[in-house]
Amino acid sequence: MNRIRTYLNQNKKQKLLIPFITAGYPDRSTTLNLIKAAIDSGCNMIEIGFPFSDPLADGAEVQFSSYQALKNGMTLARTLRIAEQVRKTSDVPLILMGYYNPILCYGENRFMKDAKAAGVDGLIIPDLPVVEASDYKRYAAIHDISTVFLAAPTTNKTRLKQIEKSCSDFVYAVTVTGVTGGGKVFGRDTDNYLKGLGKTLSKKFVAGFGVSSPETARRFCKYSDGIVIGSKLISLMRSAKSKSQGVKDAARFLSSVRKAI
Amino acid sequence: MAQRVIRGPNSKGRFGPYGGQYVPETVMQALSELEMSYRKLKKDKSFLSELRGYLSDFVGRPSPLYFAERFTAYLKGPKVYFKREDLNHTGAHKINNTVGQILLAKHMGKKRIIAETGAGQHGLATATVCARFGMECIIYMGAVDMKRQAPNVEKMKLLGAKVVTVESGSKTLKDATSQAMRDWVTNIRSTFYIIGSVVGPHPYPMLVRDFQSIIGKETKRQCKEKFRKLPDAIIACVGGGSNAIGIFDSFINEKSVKLIGVEAAGHGLNSGQHAATLSKGKPGVLHGSYSYLVYDNDGQIILPHSISAGLDYPGVGPEHSALSDSGRVKYFSATDKQALAAFELVSKLEGIIPALETAHALAYLIAHKKEFKARQNVVVCLSGRGDKDMPIFFEKEKA
Repeated sequence: MNRIRTYLNQNKKQKLLIPFITAGYPDRSTTLNLIKAAIDSGCNMIEIGFPFSDPLADGAEVQFSSYQALKNGMTLARTLRIAEQVRKTSDVPLILMGYYNPILCYGENRFMKDAKAAGVDGLIIPDLPVVEASDYKRYAAIHDISTVFLAAPTTNKTRLKQIEKSCSDFVYAVTVTGVTGGGKVFGRDTDNYLKGLGKTLSKKFVAGFGVSSPETARRFCKYSDGIVIGSKLISLMRSAKSKSQGVKDAARFLSSVRKAI
Repeated sequence: MAQRVIRGPNSKGRFGPYGGQYVPETVMQALSELEMSYRKLKKDKSFLSELRGYLSDFVGRPSPLYFAERFTAYLKGPKVYFKREDLNHTGAHKINNTVGQILLAKHMGKKRIIAETGAGQHGLATATVCARFGMECIIYMGAVDMKRQAPNVEKMKLLGAKVVTVESGSKTLKDATSQAMRDWVTNIRSTFYIIGSVVGPHPYPMLVRDFQSIIGKETKRQCKEKFRKLPDAIIACVGGGSNAIGIFDSFINEKSVKLIGVEAAGHGLNSGQHAATLSKGKPGVLHGSYSYLVYDNDGQIILPHSISAGLDYPGVGPEHSALSDSGRVKYFSATDKQALAAFELVSKLEGIIPALETAHALAYLIAHKKEFKARQNVVVCLSGRGDKDMPIFFEKEKA
């Protein structure tokens, strides 16, 4: 059984709080500490980013963390070792997120098999739209990996249906046209878009890209089943005096979001 | 006829297995709108006559096919002709494509234009058409390239473009392209992205090819006028591969014509510092399409190297990948050193300063002259002029 499905089937009222954490940033052991702190702060699922040299859907923060992680020698295979390590002490659903070329290079079938064995439950690939994902979905189904595809404000009804159908358990809604990261201004159109998704979709959906405060998280959770926070955590880690302080700051922030939603 | 099979793209935007649309969901709708507009306009007589008008009166087409007499005498090999894309307005083939795409943008009601550039030739060609059509223009260019192609940066600014310095990664064309794509994802509703080569997600490789195919059409006609038959071989440099596809296009089904693409071997094919994607790469996904690419065992893109900013790119257009697999086009490479030597030689022999990109195609011919017979006619696509490369040349000479 897939842990994402099990979790969602329990039908808890609580909104999903999902942090995005780059594997290997600032280093491997801090990544593990941050994941543990996130679980302790009330996160329901964990998104682990495997780094790519050219993250074209990402803003400055994830570009930075990816670059540092690669410099630290992080790879897709080593990201799986991190998932294994988390799995030893926690049943939290784990979702890997990253770009298509490393997976293609690893071998799609072999990767899904190894990911499942490492305790990974789901996968998000921002540069793999549903039209290009037929092999990918087949292999994911074979190995019981939950596929999560992105929907965007520019997605029309027909495509949205295809996307929902291709998502095993939930849909990831990109809040605005743009890349990941803060500094976004969310107008009424974002509320209307998310509200519309809530009405259209029968599957659950989470909102992400640019969620950087408890207030925004609460605002989006009025419509969505949860939120994803990534760049904000990286910027907290970056500005902290030490790695351990960074973990504390990130955990405190996640706790404040937990309370808000 | 078998060779016709590889012409594409098919309904899924593929050339054989290559191509496709590996992009964030946010831009998928825009790609389908672009394809629909393009398919409609390419049958529209008034659009086509508008395009022809600009190509003739603004760009200066047709570009001549020139007999390089002293270079031919030097080689003691085949008769060499240059297809003079360097004589186009802005000094390279790039403008054939930007004129086409800006007209598309205009018909689609877009007012904000973005583009990536390596050597600055595509940025310059984009800034030029933006000035002509009164559109806002933002050019992404790597910090390294801005330094080594400074004359083009000044020109772009004079034409009213905003040149954004890209400081991430290799600070060259690869990262400029990533940054342009991020801008596009963010401003998708207002912005038209003029991609400069036969790369990126479908339909770009198709439409850039179609706009550049004028080079091959003219060449075919001019060969018949000059020597009353098809050429024996056509040689073009390949970075993303737009000038090469442009000149090859009319000859793909002419089996007697050898088609040769020349990539940048940088410090040498085995140096680990090159941009010879088809010679040394494997299929993978970058910047929206599946094509040959240079990456490591973890799928991370390896920083390419070439003295020529326009060839300094880790990928290649998907149609080239298909043409390489099928064997219809043969791909070779030339090193930095060979390109610099060809740059100087052709300048002195012909009074034509070729771009360093183009110099790779010339260098191939110099190195392989013995493979051609004296009665044969060879066309080299002289894709651009080399004024922009003067600082690099003199710096290397001093060193």
